[in-house]
Amino acid sequence: MTMLLPRRGLAQILALIVILAVDRVVSPQFFDLRLQDGRLFGSLIDVLNRGTPVALLSLGMVLVIATRGIDLSVGAVMAICGAIAASLADSHSLPVVLAAALGAGLVCGLWNGFLVAVLGMQPIVATLILMVAGRGIAQLITEGRIVTFTSPDLVWLGNGAILGVPVPIAIALGMLILTGAVVRGSALGLLIEATGGNARASELAGVGTRAMILAVYVWCGVCAALAGVIAAADIMGADANNAGLWLELDAILAVVIGGTSLFGGRFSLVLAVLGALIIQTMNTGILLSGYPPEFNLLVKAVVVLAVLLLQSPKLPGFAGIMARLRRTKP
Amino acid sequence: MENSLDPAPPLLEVRGISKSFGAVRALQEVDFTLRAGEIHALLGENGAGKSTLIKVVTGVFPRDAGVVRLGGDEVAPRSSKAALEAGIATVYQEVNLLPNLSVAQNLFLDRQPMRFGIVREGEMRRRAKALLTEFGLDIDVAAPLGNYSVAIQHVTAIARAVDLSARVLILDEPTASLDRHEVEILFGIMRQLAKRGIGIVFVSHFLDQVYEISDRITVLRNGRLVGERETASLPRLELIRMMLGRELAETTGARATASDRPPREVCASFENYGKAGYVAPFNLELRHGEVVGLAGLLGSGRTETARLVFGAERSDGGQARVEGAPVRLQSPRDGVRHGFGYCPEERKTDGIVAELTVRENIVLALQAKRGLHRPLSRREQDEIAKRYVKMLDIRPPDPERPVGLLSGGNQQKALLARWLATSPRLLVLDEPTRGIDVGAHAEIIRLIRELCDDGLALLVISSELDEIVTYSDRVVVLRDRAHVEELAGETIDVTNILAAIAADGAAMQEARA
Repeated sequence: MTMLLPRRGLAQILALIVILAVDRVVSPQFFDLRLQDGRLFGSLIDVLNRGTPVALLSLGMVLVIATRGIDLSVGAVMAICGAIAASLADSHSLPVVLAAALGAGLVCGLWNGFLVAVLGMQPIVATLILMVAGRGIAQLITEGRIVTFTSPDLVWLGNGAILGVPVPIAIALGMLILTGAVVRGSALGLLIEATGGNARASELAGVGTRAMILAVYVWCGVCAALAGVIAAADIMGADANNAGLWLELDAILAVVIGGTSLFGGRFSLVLAVLGALIIQTMNTGILLSGYPPEFNLLVKAVVVLAVLLLQSPKLPGFAGIMARLRRTKP
Repeated sequence: MENSLDPAPPLLEVRGISKSFGAVRALQEVDFTLRAGEIHALLGENGAGKSTLIKVVTGVFPRDAGVVRLGGDEVAPRSSKAALEAGIATVYQEVNLLPNLSVAQNLFLDRQPMRFGIVREGEMRRRAKALLTEFGLDIDVAAPLGNYSVAIQHVTAIARAVDLSARVLILDEPTASLDRHEVEILFGIMRQLAKRGIGIVFVSHFLDQVYEISDRITVLRNGRLVGERETASLPRLELIRMMLGRELAETTGARATASDRPPREVCASFENYGKAGYVAPFNLELRHGEVVGLAGLLGSGRTETARLVFGAERSDGGQARVEGAPVRLQSPRDGVRHGFGYCPEERKTDGIVAELTVRENIVLALQAKRGLHRPLSRREQDEIAKRYVKMLDIRPPDPERPVGLLSGGNQQKALLARWLATSPRLLVLDEPTRGIDVGAHAEIIRLIRELCDDGLALLVISSELDEIVTYSDRVVVLRDRAHVEELAGETIDVTNILAAIAADGAAMQEARA
């Protein structure tokens, strides 16, 4: 479906290819893959695997940003849901653990959505509340300790494989397809874009803009919960202080790299996930290169700037060529 | 217009000013003359060009043609700051001062009395106090400006402007948020300043105030100068005629068919419907196959009536009925569910979703009405879009173009298409022909009549009276947020509408004579 990957994805794909090529130079084995104990290994798989939490976050975040909102609380929600999952893992079955963690994410999303859609708070302030309070809640759940677990079911969620594909990657892919099917298969996508593009006009056209806004925050909470569970499963424990720390910023960055404007409106799920992968490919590349990880932040900033410049309509050259290409299309 | 007997040159002379924004000609060869010591009202409906004229004179917008002379010397300020330095000060409705700073700091912002690089607070306050006393204000000048009422903030802004040696003072809707007593204070100050020889331009929608305070009146319409008159010798009816356009001689009868047709079935009715402080309770019947026009000046309650009827605003009393059955209209969704449609006056902010395509904009209301779980397939969307693009002749005929790139007229057609796609029973159109070119204008009027013949009920707001007369079966006239008169059949003509709007006995007699 063309709606999932609009024509404008070229800048992101080019950026990813360039970064992959650089990674290949600093680490000649970058593209090597091998199958061991029924699971694929290699740097590429690593990129996908490590990129899963931010990819999941960006799936929710892109919808929130499309309504002209923002959700700063997703990192804290990850911590809460990871803590819940870790605390329950050894005493309850996997479905119960998952239901509890995702349920908590849903409640967090409802809270944010309530503040924004019903009380009319500014999204950045409304979600700041849970960003701050959420980490406290997570610490209360873990009682300030790092909760570890051994439940093989939950460990499998972080480290297992389905047909050789690590489970987190499979989950992220599944969520992308599910979100895409829900959003573009129903009228949700159009109504979200209309709400973000012009909320007053949409409301006058009979769109339930409040319901749209509530729904995207709820979905964002659920995505964050899933990311939190996977992050906990990965390290077989929950660290309320550090789980998901600053990941809300990576998620926002991923969405922006994916070409969705912070002013709302048009969005692309696939490109947001691609944005998350670009960020992770960079992280992994810098680690492999042997440079100190401090460089990571600087390089990230430069690459982000480059991608945004490529997208900027004010920049002549590339953007101009793109626009001309688009215009000549029938 | 030029007073050749006057030996001294006028204080401010504006000659032949033109200004276009893209294809829209906002001002065409406009002249304006302000004498020293006079209060001169600048009037016109929305979009007449008042703000553009002010902004061109004060250098906010560059002008395309024309000259501005101040005391006989040509001036061409490039920013409002430069205009201020030249002696032209503007105080806007939203006071452009800093509410978090003290009154004194606001008065002397950018020119504080200094000594050794340090602001002399005491000196500044003393001078601020003295300055405001001249304006009859005795307030604590050390307190933040934001602590005071809008009226005092206005006076502070005026005091600042005058103290900056302004010779021309432009007041843009200064009384919009003032109460009666505050208006009196402001008028006292304006008279005092005029006595000192300052020329004051007074922009307002309140005609009572215009007659109370102004010496002369200049009226603009559609970016052109209509005329300049002495206030004392300009009857109110004549003024309204100048603002709304059309000479009496040009106006002909109403739609001939109106009274010949049998009464139609009632589509929607509103009894004692209204909202306190918004629009007074009214009775309104809208029938299938009938156009009801809403006429009145800006701010008379036309748009407010439309929003109540559609459900964009909740009434606080009365009963709405659709096809005879009582209904509650709490939100636009309710309106849409009952088969209503509403094309708002502010197309850009309330109508279109600029970055979405023409197709998406057209299907939006229909999709919202159907609900999330019944999405229109891409093929259905394409068909609907194609049908309406063809039917309404939307140009360019490309449904995949972002609607924001279309001209005003085509955006309006896309909005009409949005509602027609929902097969409505009632369409509310607020200024459907505003800001669109002549060709599209005629098409939209033709369309209104066709829709009406198809059995749709229409409620249309327009400032163009001859337009309302052309298509309306009945005309409801509003004044001061209340429905004051309903005209039907033979009685619909511009004269009667103007008389009802002016509604002062003498004017009515004059109009009838």
